Amino acid sequence: MGLDRGEKIFNVFNVIFMLFFIAIIVLPLINIIALSFNDGYDAMKGGIYLFPREFTLVNYETILKDTTIYRAFGVTIAKTVIGVIGHLVITGAAAYALSKSYLLGRKIFIRMGVITMFFNGGMIPSFLVAKSLGLTNSFWVYIIPVLFSFYDMIILMNFFRSLPDSIEESAKIDGASVLQVFFKIIVPLSFPVLATIALFHGVYQWNDFFVAKLYVTDKSLYPIQYYLYQLLTSAGAANSAKAGVYISKAFTTQSLQQATMIVTTLPIMLIYPFLQKYFISGMLVGGVKE
Amino acid sequence: MKSKFKQQFLSQWELQVLVWPSIILMIVFSFVPMLGLIIAFQDYSPLSGFTGSEFVGLDNFKAFLGDKDFYNVLTNTLGISLMKLLIGFPLEIVLAILINELRLVFFKKFTQTISYLPHFLSWVILGGMITSWLGSSGLVNSFLLSTHLITEPISFLSNANAYWWIATLSDIWKEVGWGTILYLAAITGIDPSLYEAAKVDGAKILKRIWYITIPSIKNIIVLMFLLRVGSILGANLDQTLVLQNSSNMLRSEVIDSYVYHLGLAQGDFSFATAVGIFSSVVSVTLLLVANFLTKKLSDSSIF
Repeated sequence: MGLDRGEKIFNVFNVIFMLFFIAIIVLPLINIIALSFNDGYDAMKGGIYLFPREFTLVNYETILKDTTIYRAFGVTIAKTVIGVIGHLVITGAAAYALSKSYLLGRKIFIRMGVITMFFNGGMIPSFLVAKSLGLTNSFWVYIIPVLFSFYDMIILMNFFRSLPDSIEESAKIDGASVLQVFFKIIVPLSFPVLATIALFHGVYQWNDFFVAKLYVTDKSLYPIQYYLYQLLTSAGAANSAKAGVYISKAFTTQSLQQATMIVTTLPIMLIYPFLQKYFISGMLVGGVKE
Repeated sequence: MKSKFKQQFLSQWELQVLVWPSIILMIVFSFVPMLGLIIAFQDYSPLSGFTGSEFVGLDNFKAFLGDKDFYNVLTNTLGISLMKLLIGFPLEIVLAILINELRLVFFKKFTQTISYLPHFLSWVILGGMITSWLGSSGLVNSFLLSTHLITEPISFLSNANAYWWIATLSDIWKEVGWGTILYLAAITGIDPSLYEAAKVDGAKILKRIWYITIPSIKNIIVLMFLLRVGSILGANLDQTLVLQNSSNMLRSEVIDSYVYHLGLAQGDFSFATAVGIFSSVVSVTLLLVANFLTKKLSDSSIF
């Protein structure tokens, strides 16, 4: 296939445009990394772009010396792992049962779910319900309200329905129970779509700070994002600046914030490129087939 | 009849066990809060609860419809959402088409990976980054100063008039790449023989994009457009919370943050719930109207 002249020109402009686009995404991020490795007071003079000017590790040393950050990391890891497993078990189980057209009550359930996609109680009534259930200042407030998602259930259900019935039938004839069929046959076959839902819910759990802002005042239950949120707002900044006075003078509140942002984001950045192929195929299942 | 139902139910009890936890969760966390909307028509006090609070009819609705702040908040919500829609939505489609036209497989994959990356950053992280980039010694001011475009650093985030742009551009920066996924998937599904035929007929690349690619992904474009219109009053709460400060408040307060501040920070539960109801009723109406119009114009729709 030969390329005509117009196509060649188009391709050149397209590549230039994409390089520009990549630069707009990547360069600002590199700027934050550079600042996180730079002396805080030096950074205040401005003019730091892609490399640190006065290299130092003191920002990272300082935040990693603060034990509350480990606690916050622990809470985040716990809520991400428990949240993802719980979400997959509860939402996946419902999706499997509802993928059977003979399930009694199926229509009512689906209708109820569709209603929840268009109407909801909104922030205040939801807050009052969770509060009256005693979820305030409890670790479970991160987990229980989001165990089930109708949207994720639909994606999983559509996938389960696309699997051939014959595999299940033969397992049943061999005497396998419903749960055995689900765990030994359905789950392994559904790995890409389960991985997609797991990634989405995992990212939600890792990134969410609003639930903590609404329901949690107990500092030992703060997740890492809320810890950072407080560090970024003025009250938190004042605290950390005070703490800084007697340790060192090489950092500022800003340089500490920048190092914390990098530390907080690193785990997701390291994991996501490996999961990319799964979420792309998973999005295909959920979106386009519709 | 009844015993047949019982028999059927018992024969599928294992499946029923799998579905009941979800039903209970849906009732507790979706339907009970819907009943809780009743407090919008009450003068709700946490001490007396749903049942004991005084019923005041539409007073809360009248109160915010007569409130100057409310119209300011509504303007901000619509302004920011419309800017995101008008700039971000076409940009996603253009970007998807251009990424699809990249010929080097490695470069194409690399571009995609980079473009999805910001989506995985939380708004807390991004809020911190934006504060740093736009700060007086940050990236943007350093650059503008060194090129002598300005002589004094600009404090972007405390300038209320700049806020709509900051909110729009930061949202696009974060989500534009992610928004291309579905379009790219749809483009991949287009029959290659259509392009071959067009090539034989002498159609140049821009014509092929205009007459084959875009019509082939029209349905997904309409679907995404409808969903966007339906959520036009829900300007991102997380974004607002991290970028808002006392000097840009006038232009940064949107309906969701207004509900949060009135309801949970000031404890005016009933008033905030009434505003929330207004917002969801308008959203559903907008969705239905947009759905109706697109059905008339292009015969594709959600319902």
